[in-house]
Amino acid sequence: MKYKSIAAALVALAIAGCDTVPGGGAGGAPLGAGDASNPDTLAYFQQTIGDRVLFPVDQSTLTPEAQATLDLQAAWLLDRPSINVLVEGHADEQGTREYNLALGARRAASVQAYLVSKGLTDNRVRTITYGKERPLEVCSTESCWAKNRRAVTVVEGGFGS
Amino acid sequence: MTRLILALCFSILALPTFAQTRLTVTEGTIEPIPIAIPTFIAENVAAQGLADEIRAVVAADLSGSGLFREIPRESHISQVTGFEAPVQFQDWKIVNATALVTATVSLSEGGNLVVKFRLFDIAAQQAMGNGLQFVAPQGTWRRVAHKVADSIYSRLTGEGPYFDSRVVFISEEGPKDARRKRLAVMDYDGANVRYLTGADDIVLAPRFSPNAKEVIYTSYETGQPRVFVMNIDSGQKREVTELPNMTFAPRFAPDGRSIVLSQTNGVNTDLFRIDLATTGVTQLTESAAIETAPSFSPDGSQIVFESDRGGGQQLYVMPATGGEATRISFGEQGRYGTPVWSPRGDKIAFTKILNGEFYIGVMDIDGQNERLLTRSFLDEGPTWSPNGRVIMFFRETAGVNGAPNLYTVDLTGLNLRKVPTPFFASDPAWSGVLE
Repeated sequence: MKYKSIAAALVALAIAGCDTVPGGGAGGAPLGAGDASNPDTLAYFQQTIGDRVLFPVDQSTLTPEAQATLDLQAAWLLDRPSINVLVEGHADEQGTREYNLALGARRAASVQAYLVSKGLTDNRVRTITYGKERPLEVCSTESCWAKNRRAVTVVEGGFGS
Repeated sequence: MTRLILALCFSILALPTFAQTRLTVTEGTIEPIPIAIPTFIAENVAAQGLADEIRAVVAADLSGSGLFREIPRESHISQVTGFEAPVQFQDWKIVNATALVTATVSLSEGGNLVVKFRLFDIAAQQAMGNGLQFVAPQGTWRRVAHKVADSIYSRLTGEGPYFDSRVVFISEEGPKDARRKRLAVMDYDGANVRYLTGADDIVLAPRFSPNAKEVIYTSYETGQPRVFVMNIDSGQKREVTELPNMTFAPRFAPDGRSIVLSQTNGVNTDLFRIDLATTGVTQLTESAAIETAPSFSPDGSQIVFESDRGGGQQLYVMPATGGEATRISFGEQGRYGTPVWSPRGDKIAFTKILNGEFYIGVMDIDGQNERLLTRSFLDEGPTWSPNGRVIMFFRETAGVNGAPNLYTVDLTGLNLRKVPTPFFASDPAWSGVLE
């Protein structure tokens, strides 16, 4: 039991850190805190399961790899009914700004629909689009663009409670 | 290259010798009108510095249009010693001036600026039109200079004015993966920049109201993209709609009474019209596709927008009340976005994406006569000058240090110029000519 309370403290730290990420939760970057081998940590969700799925150019359909990741996300979230998530949809820089907002929204909605199809209730999964406003990688080649065409599942609150 | 002939319009004055002159654009070169703008005469000591500054702005406006070439003052033979002194036409002819501007500047004790100017046709050896006088508070001297330049530009080209106008845009700072964006407004030439928001929240794609007193834009300040309207002078802002989902891409109707914007639930992005007085909502599109980037025709009767209902991002025109839309872009390859109806009503400017490059182009309102004006890694978001003659857009460079800046280009595709801004800049929107 002692071990568990330490883990909870680490998680609380991780969530506090989340609030101070520059850009207001846009990146969903790994927070570093927590033990990624322990399923009861945010690090496990972000790194071991993977908190993001990637999309082909101008697409919002989920690839088999993306579906596999979301299956794990859904199972993890179903075990933790107090946790809600915000799915951020992003696009690479190779599109116009307003179109990319709509495209990011579409990607987030694809993830939302998939998670709901796996049993999560609607009100646990919110979405937002960032279009091309918050690239994770900054080079202008496919290697970066591929990582920027993403939907990130951000754990919102209630974690560890 | 497109051939464009800009006829000089002197019908009122009927000057036969001069009326033969044509500003002709062929094969990628403009032959600009040579114009002499000798020192503006300060009528009192207080006006001396201002006279030089006003002259410089007038000269920069005219040269910057690409349609004029200023004859260096060092080569002038005549000096203009007084506003009423006779013009030595022969001296101006020798230095190849086609037109001559003379002006005086004075400052009244009450702080009012008085600028008088005359425009002369050197070949015809007479004044072109009446002299004009502008009286305005000293603090507005740049606007007065732009008004003078607008008068000269319009008289010599037959085109409408555009220098006395503003641009609202997004000022950008910081690294590419953590850009800080602020809503900003400036004169069309980059002067008098004012910031309207802090950098705490993402702000995007502003547009002026028809009277240029308000700005409508998208902000993330509530945690999701929502549309706000702000009074520029007071800074007061409010959300324009209670539509429940994410809203963006707002545009004022030409009469200022309603706006059109996109709302998305993710699965579907549609256009909605909001009556600003009643907040009544009309849904304009219903297809299960992305519909965004609307732009009204100048008479308010139609809307051009982009949609991927046909499988890719293309341009469509529909009645401003919604209904059947007609596709107008048919490039064999490539995507078309950000359509903007010209103030003259006869053209639509757009962004085209083809083979990994971005273009700014124009087409007729039925999609005919497509012409691409610029090309780069990322050119986006055209906006028209008030007279429909110049297009401003933003150009973003590639790579880890990639960043956007504002540029203007003539409708011919010539005279590409960077607009100076204090920081990086994107999403420009041009006002009409100020009142």
